[in-house]
Amino acid sequence: MAALLDVKNLKVHFHTRNGVIKAVDDVSFSVNAGETLAIVGESGSGKSVTCYSLLDLLPKPPAKIEGGTAMFDGEDLLNCSADRMRHFRGNDIAMIFQDPMTSLNPNLTVGEQLVEPLIYHPDKARRQDRAAAKLRAIDLLDEVGILDSERRFDSYPHEFSGGMRQRVMIAMALINEPRLLICDEPTTALDVTIQAQILGLIKELQQSRDVAVIFISHDLGVVAGIADKILVMCNGVAMESGKTDNIFYKTKNDYTKRLLNAIPGGPKTMKNRAQARNPLVEVKNIRTWFKDYSGSKTIIVKAVDDISLTIKRGEILGLVGESGSGKSTLGRSILQLVPTQEGTVTFDGTDLGSLSPRQLVPWRRRMQMIFQDPYASLNPRMTVFETLAEPLLYHGIADKSAVTEQVQALMDDVGLARAHMRKYPHEFSGGQRQRIAIGRAIATKPELIIADEPVSALDVTIQAQILDLILGLVERHNLTMMFISHDLSVVRYISDRVMVMHHGVLVEQGKTETLWAKPKKAYTKNLLKAIPIADPRLERARN
Amino acid sequence: MFKFALGRLLQAIPVLLVVITMTFMLVHSAPGGPFSADKAVPEEVLKALEAQYNLDQPLWQQYLSYLGDVVQGDMGPSFKYPGRNVNELIMSGLSTTAELGFYAMLVAIFIGVIAGVTASMRPNTMQDYVPMTAAMIGICMPSFLLGPLLVLVFGIHLEWLPVSGWNEIPGDKIMPAITLGTGYAAYIARLSRGGMLEVLSQDYIRTARAKGLSEFLIISKHALRGGLIPVVAFLGPAFAGLLGGSFVVETIFQIPGLGRFYVQAAFNRDYTMILGTTVFFATLIILFNLLSDMLAIWLNPKLRQQVRGDS
Repeated sequence: MAALLDVKNLKVHFHTRNGVIKAVDDVSFSVNAGETLAIVGESGSGKSVTCYSLLDLLPKPPAKIEGGTAMFDGEDLLNCSADRMRHFRGNDIAMIFQDPMTSLNPNLTVGEQLVEPLIYHPDKARRQDRAAAKLRAIDLLDEVGILDSERRFDSYPHEFSGGMRQRVMIAMALINEPRLLICDEPTTALDVTIQAQILGLIKELQQSRDVAVIFISHDLGVVAGIADKILVMCNGVAMESGKTDNIFYKTKNDYTKRLLNAIPGGPKTMKNRAQARNPLVEVKNIRTWFKDYSGSKTIIVKAVDDISLTIKRGEILGLVGESGSGKSTLGRSILQLVPTQEGTVTFDGTDLGSLSPRQLVPWRRRMQMIFQDPYASLNPRMTVFETLAEPLLYHGIADKSAVTEQVQALMDDVGLARAHMRKYPHEFSGGQRQRIAIGRAIATKPELIIADEPVSALDVTIQAQILDLILGLVERHNLTMMFISHDLSVVRYISDRVMVMHHGVLVEQGKTETLWAKPKKAYTKNLLKAIPIADPRLERARN
Repeated sequence: MFKFALGRLLQAIPVLLVVITMTFMLVHSAPGGPFSADKAVPEEVLKALEAQYNLDQPLWQQYLSYLGDVVQGDMGPSFKYPGRNVNELIMSGLSTTAELGFYAMLVAIFIGVIAGVTASMRPNTMQDYVPMTAAMIGICMPSFLLGPLLVLVFGIHLEWLPVSGWNEIPGDKIMPAITLGTGYAAYIARLSRGGMLEVLSQDYIRTARAKGLSEFLIISKHALRGGLIPVVAFLGPAFAGLLGGSFVVETIFQIPGLGRFYVQAAFNRDYTMILGTTVFFATLIILFNLLSDMLAIWLNPKLRQQVRGDS
């Protein structure tokens, strides 16, 4: 029997001003009904381009399909009219996108967006009126786990959380009973627990409806539990493809091995450098509350509610929690970047809350922050040199004559080539940008660094490199660190001690390995259970 | 929304006060006066005139009494049109100017939005270059050039439309509206192209496309609402500008509107008339800005709920 989708020798090139980029170069794969194919690779590997070209969603120009066929149920998707393509889109082949925050139209209600594919169905015979479509949409919202679906039908996307929006996206994709579902990194922007739920949901829906699924991800660990077969891509070329077990256990391909090795897992291998009786930071009963004006009533959000903690010198303290748990706010409260309502933050014996902003300046050089998004946190109009030289000059660490030398030393330290000194952030990849951001943070030779999700915007392979860079820097510069992340595997790999936060309060804390082995609270247990295991056999055993 | 509007109107009070004070000072510091025009007037007559209009009082007293009158809605008597007051004069020209402004606005929105949206659908192709070049020309073309050109072509050469007048012959409103609206149409075209390009690059447009919606639905339902927000924000100041800037067009087509009062008042040193028209236009600008802000809020569901939540 022929496969539902059979792609042969697909070639997609981007014709840019700087020459031709072979985004997809001679890639072949196939998916059957009821089967899940995972396409795995780093950013820029061409995995998304491959799938977008199937539905003609690439901007043309610059993209151009140079060759190949994509037979879907006997018809070539790459060679059909625009009108025919509309029949495939959303009806036979549906798509779920990475970022549920931006993939829904903020100006239309969720319900309106849900019923659209049905009431404007290109096939007039299958078109339904609004009332019937609404009933169907509400059924689907129930099925994907949206509570109170009838009322939520008229809500706008901004009234949903990220996980809920992704559920809406899935319901929207399913409304016309597609035979192929393409998921483009559907869980990358979500928390572990939500990721586990969404993965479970996709798997369940696939089995109950017998659809074929193409699942795109940069993380082999995520797909271990759901993929039947895997295609590994790198720089537009298919590196390897085969059954999931074969890829995980029998691969001979170096690139696949690299991807597998990059998956964070296992305990910290570096020794614990914490100095037992020597706290650097002591936080007592801190409260940070905000007023939230976004709802129909102004409510007080208790982002951080009565938290006390100490960070010892030389320690790496991991802080985990889902989005909205208040972990970033706690980090910012410690650095006095947001006003706190109550409590004290003592840094090296001094109460930071008692200092005026002016008095705080010399302390600022001793405590720095690394932010999550290296795309947004670097000033796009400043070169690497300017970004790195600014804190040096501001805090009087270097004068004009010595600053170039110091910036070069910093660049060496974070693994950036000196030749890039005069370049702007947009000329760098995500990993390199995070290196710049880390360089900026350590420029003032701080004692404390609060790293707020420093690797969560990065690919797994880059993530591993940046984690090792951070560990090396902590060792070389005697840093104390608070490492904030929603990714428990990453936290386990890097921290000596872990704190779990939920809804603004501290749930549990303890030595990393103790907490992993014997979590006390149910919340922590659930978090740990949600981590995808990068081992297909263990994943199967667990379900 | 009511609370929002009320807050903005309260903010307008100090703004208007500054406008009145500045204008008052500027007008009185300009050399000459309302009665020092071409022909010499005997000293006693001048004195009597100044006494009649309270111009012999100290400046601060004039200022205070003017403020008191304005608060009660009385802009005072005109110095140059004896026996008529400023309120009357403004009202007499307002309806004509407002009508002209309204038609010009329709022209501007209709042509501007269509051109801008068309251009944004295929950026950097002929479909983009042609309307955008036309828009650039439209912005550069002053109405005192465009008006006579239209008159020459459509009025005199082709004899399709009347060359002047207002509300006298059918069709005499077409050319003034186009002349006044063209510059704004061009600007709106550029704004809507920019706004649409921004929205069309959003992820949710890709989602809409992946759902199999037709290109028409994608543009009209998913993109227009967000894409036209810059245009909506511009409508307020634009409408106020249309009303205040109609002088040239009114002169070309001999339309009995408000513009001529505004300009003549300045030449005549007609103090109350200058102040009156300035305050009137300032109020209009504030009101129309408020209206366009409210429209922009209403178009954005998130803001709409926030504003509703506040009140």
